[in-house]
Amino acid sequence: MDHVKPTIGTNKVTIRKKRYRSEAKKDMISGYLYIAPFFIIFALIGLYPALFSIYLGFQKWNGLSPMTFVGLSNFKMVLTDPLFWKSVYNTIIIGMMGTAPQLVFGIIFAYLLNQAFLKFKNFFRVTIFMPYITSMVAIALIFSVLFSDHESSLANYVLSLAGLDPVHWGSSEWGTKIAISIMVFWRWVGYNTIIYLAGIQSIPNDLYEAATIDGANKFQQLIHITMPMLKPFIILTVFTSTVGAMQLFSEPTVFLGTSAFTRDEAMTIVMYLYRDAFKLQSFGTASATAIILLVLISAFAAINTFLTSGMARKRRGD
Amino acid sequence: MNTVEKTKKLSLGRVFVYLFLSLAALFSMFPFYWMFVMATRPSSAYNSIPPIITPGSLLVENFKKVLNQIDFFHSMWNSFVVCAVVTVVVLFISSLAGFAFAKFQFRGKKFFFTAILLTMIIPPQLGLIPQYFLISKAGLLDTLPGVMMLFFLNPLGIFLMRQYISEAVPDELMEAAKLDGCSNFRIYRKIVLPIILPAFATLGIIVFTAVWGEFLWQFTVLRDPEHYTIQVALAQLSNTRNVDFGMIMSGVFWATVPLLVIFLLFNRLFISSITEGSVK
Repeated sequence: MDHVKPTIGTNKVTIRKKRYRSEAKKDMISGYLYIAPFFIIFALIGLYPALFSIYLGFQKWNGLSPMTFVGLSNFKMVLTDPLFWKSVYNTIIIGMMGTAPQLVFGIIFAYLLNQAFLKFKNFFRVTIFMPYITSMVAIALIFSVLFSDHESSLANYVLSLAGLDPVHWGSSEWGTKIAISIMVFWRWVGYNTIIYLAGIQSIPNDLYEAATIDGANKFQQLIHITMPMLKPFIILTVFTSTVGAMQLFSEPTVFLGTSAFTRDEAMTIVMYLYRDAFKLQSFGTASATAIILLVLISAFAAINTFLTSGMARKRRGD
Repeated sequence: MNTVEKTKKLSLGRVFVYLFLSLAALFSMFPFYWMFVMATRPSSAYNSIPPIITPGSLLVENFKKVLNQIDFFHSMWNSFVVCAVVTVVVLFISSLAGFAFAKFQFRGKKFFFTAILLTMIIPPQLGLIPQYFLISKAGLLDTLPGVMMLFFLNPLGIFLMRQYISEAVPDELMEAAKLDGCSNFRIYRKIVLPIILPAFATLGIIVFTAVWGEFLWQFTVLRDPEHYTIQVALAQLSNTRNVDFGMIMSGVFWATVPLLVIFLLFNRLFISSITEGSVK
């Protein structure tokens, strides 16, 4: 009897081990199997097109006849095209005018929405957030009517009340940019407010209590507690806003309607890319533009993120 | 005296806060209100100075003009089909992969997960042209499946699902199910799925609204008005020769209202989906 027990014991252990081993193997197979759908789709419509785009950047191709290798001439063509640089300029200007105020107002709105005494909190939150739910096409159409070239458009009427001349919102250098920037601001400010609000709500209350005891007023609390604690959220929104601003397409395209690809006042980089590819059938230069866009996006996102974290550090320093 | 002064000062600040937020709310709401006004007025109303800012009575008439321009209901239906299919597929793919990343050990797991995060950085425009030719080679150009294909790729979904599953699905429950001889896929179906329904709501809203509002890809793929989604159809409204603002705004109004109603009904869910989708 004494002999039997250990054998049963070891037997059990080996069985369990075996079972565990096969279980682990099963899990491993399941693991690969379950992530496979994503990676198959990614390979097909994510990785392959991205790589093919890079390849296309060095080819001359109109979509029908065979491609011919042209070295760097696509890049040269794009980089020496004044219209490309105009589109870069437009994208940056609209990006700055449309997104920088969003972040400032987003923080202010979030801060005010978080005040304990505030009633109708959800009403304010919902109304400020509502534009984000609306599709960009719908917004661009609404704004194209609000800001039309007509003297009687609401925007021009408001200007006339202030004694100013009507602006050609659909065809002037600054008119288009300002109208599109206001539109971008209007749609996204609520989104950023919600993110900042989540950030502010994650700040422990004791910090404010301690500051109040130390005699800090609300404004000082905003500058010295809220802002530094919001830093990760600010970096996040700066990053996403920068990337989004560099990819601006739908807003100007729909806002300008028929003149979107024939005029240059509000042509963005992606519109330039789209025009090259689908209006001029020049897929090589369009792909070169896509690659340049990728570089620009990475550069701007890195610079802006770096500047934001640097600024926050400085503020915390004093 | 001190306290009296303090409350006075505070209440002034409070008035300012209410005033400021009310202005913000007004600024947010006005374009919607104005869209409604224009949708109910004849095109000629647009020429009046000062501008008319009260609703008229042509809500239905203007919409009839929209119906003459575009196949409104069919386009709404197309959009709905695209969004519904994409949402279901993305939920399935993301939850399955999220489950694997949260609960299974396999070689290269870290590598694969990092790869997914990196794919989020690739801007959608980079692949646009090859994607266009890929869809065209597959014979899916100008079809709804062609539109859907691109949106099946959603790295954010996997990220969210992994997070949620690793927190919400207890390991003990899985162990117990395994001892009962449950296969992994059965565990996914019978245990994981019911637990992650709230996360499905969050991700579902993110995916559905994103696809509903997307324009560049739909605009690129769809050519035949028969296949237009609502965004592409709406964009056509301003491309007519004689621009009729009342008609355009009516189209926008009827396309926007259903979504706004859904949003107002489930606003908390929508707003929390944004914070969960981007902060976590």
